[in-house]
Amino acid sequence: MNLVTATGIVFARQVRPELRSPLGLVLTMMEPLVFLVFFGPLLAGLPGVGAGSPWQWFVPGILVMLALFGASGAGYTMITELATGSFERMMVTPLNRAAIMIGHTMKHILILLAQAALIVLVVMPFGFRLHPAGVAAGLLLLVTLGVGLGSLSLALAIAARRQPALFWSVQQFALFPLLLLSGVLLPMENAPSWLAVAAQFNPLRYVVEATRSLFAGDLLHPSVPPGLLAAAAIAALGVVLGTLAMRRASL
Amino acid sequence: MIHTRGLARRFRVRKEVVEAVRGLDIDVGEGELVAFLGPNGAGKSTSLRMLTTLLPPTAGTAVVAGCDVVADPAGTRRRIGYIGQGHGAGEQFVVRDELITQGRCYGMSGAESRTRAAELLDSLDLAEQAGRTAGTLSGGQRRRLDIALGLVHRPRLLFLDEPSTGLDPQNRANLWRHILRLRAESGTTIFLTTHYLEEADSMAERVMVIDHGRVIADDTPQQLKADLAGDVITLTTGTGPEAARAGGVAERFASGPAVTVEGTTVRARVRQGDAVLPELLRTLDGEGVKALTADLRRPTLDDVFLNLTGRSLREGDAEGAAA
Repeated sequence: MNLVTATGIVFARQVRPELRSPLGLVLTMMEPLVFLVFFGPLLAGLPGVGAGSPWQWFVPGILVMLALFGASGAGYTMITELATGSFERMMVTPLNRAAIMIGHTMKHILILLAQAALIVLVVMPFGFRLHPAGVAAGLLLLVTLGVGLGSLSLALAIAARRQPALFWSVQQFALFPLLLLSGVLLPMENAPSWLAVAAQFNPLRYVVEATRSLFAGDLLHPSVPPGLLAAAAIAALGVVLGTLAMRRASL
Repeated sequence: MIHTRGLARRFRVRKEVVEAVRGLDIDVGEGELVAFLGPNGAGKSTSLRMLTTLLPPTAGTAVVAGCDVVADPAGTRRRIGYIGQGHGAGEQFVVRDELITQGRCYGMSGAESRTRAAELLDSLDLAEQAGRTAGTLSGGQRRRLDIALGLVHRPRLLFLDEPSTGLDPQNRANLWRHILRLRAESGTTIFLTTHYLEEADSMAERVMVIDHGRVIADDTPQQLKADLAGDVITLTTGTGPEAARAGGVAERFASGPAVTVEGTTVRARVRQGDAVLPELLRTLDGEGVKALTADLRRPTLDDVFLNLTGRSLREGDAEGAAA
């Protein structure tokens, strides 16, 4: 059985309960709209947002935020699987270990892509200019980021399997500095210098910048390579740590 | 089916080294039904995890269903079924879907998996629950679903870790009916762990007693009891002197120095007590000693464990140490 088939089996298993009771899915889809409606209007005319529609600046950031929130929670489903024994049952089948990991993360990636499509559709009438090639490249970048964050989240879930509450503590502890120092919500150009320096150490900062350039259709912008590099590094780190955690999970 | 040599596992808990399993040499042939019996923390589950590729051994070798568990874990996984202590099916997943997914995990096609799922739902009396989520099943139904998940790919060798823990006697009997039928139909080799003495005694054809990470006895339950415990005959007589004379007679039947006399009560440890008792009574009659009551007690596996380790398995159970 190849890796794609195996990943598909795990992914299909994870998605089926969501489709059976879609209320959770619907609420997750609505979540970004809350930010667009209640936060987006505050950005108009703010320095650093750019001359054009504030949506052009805000939408890529929102998508990075969704990737961060969605994928970093991927470990949650793993926590319950670890506690009940269904994780163990999967581990005794010949299924590829990496496939188990990626299959779990894929659910969150797919939700992210659906959210992105919904957001773009909603903001199009309000001055958002769609650059198809740029958006496609930007989404690819987000998928890379999501795979990395999702795998890190699964590794964390396995590491914290004996005290599940620790999973949420660590996840939240990491989440907010990453978010606030990424320039997703407000332009980092307005930050005092020490904060701007701190943000330089946040890999997400580069992903956000690159996603903005790509969504603006500027595929060759100098911010793109650092963003690609940051996303690829997170993905590599996540897959390595996740696979190690799976292999060493002496349950 | 199972061959291990020097199989061992140690854990590092903080700075202490815990030897969970210390050198396991076991051989299980095709079609056997073997129970691994021992108190909590004896190393049963750790051994099982190594045999099922869930835990890498720190030393030794294990060849399971023809595959080395370290060199070819995927090959081992394809050939064995494993039913763990927890529930294999996820709470919010539909019973039938979980069985189909399991088939797909073993490389069966979608159609094949669906047919097999329907077969298993029927044979394990779960057809009515097929469309429900696993979280809504009763304890006994959920355990049967676990069994079904372990059988999807028709393994020749099935591992069960404490299969009946937490089930009431009725559900336990029901579970065993299914396991024994499976064995009768397909000759599956079964290797299980248990800390229920009665279960090991009545179900297993071979019992391995494990304590502190080592196998300390390995035989049929009958042979273990005969060799390591023996039957106990208790007689009472009318007077003390009569009891002393009866004790003297009983000495001739007993195995070793195994007769005690207390007041009017005589206790004798013998082999094959059912055959000895009538003979003993006839001899006593012939010598004019009148026995008022006679009682024969067959030993349990707990007596075996007690004689081997000086501890009762039931006491260890009550302490409830972590497995």
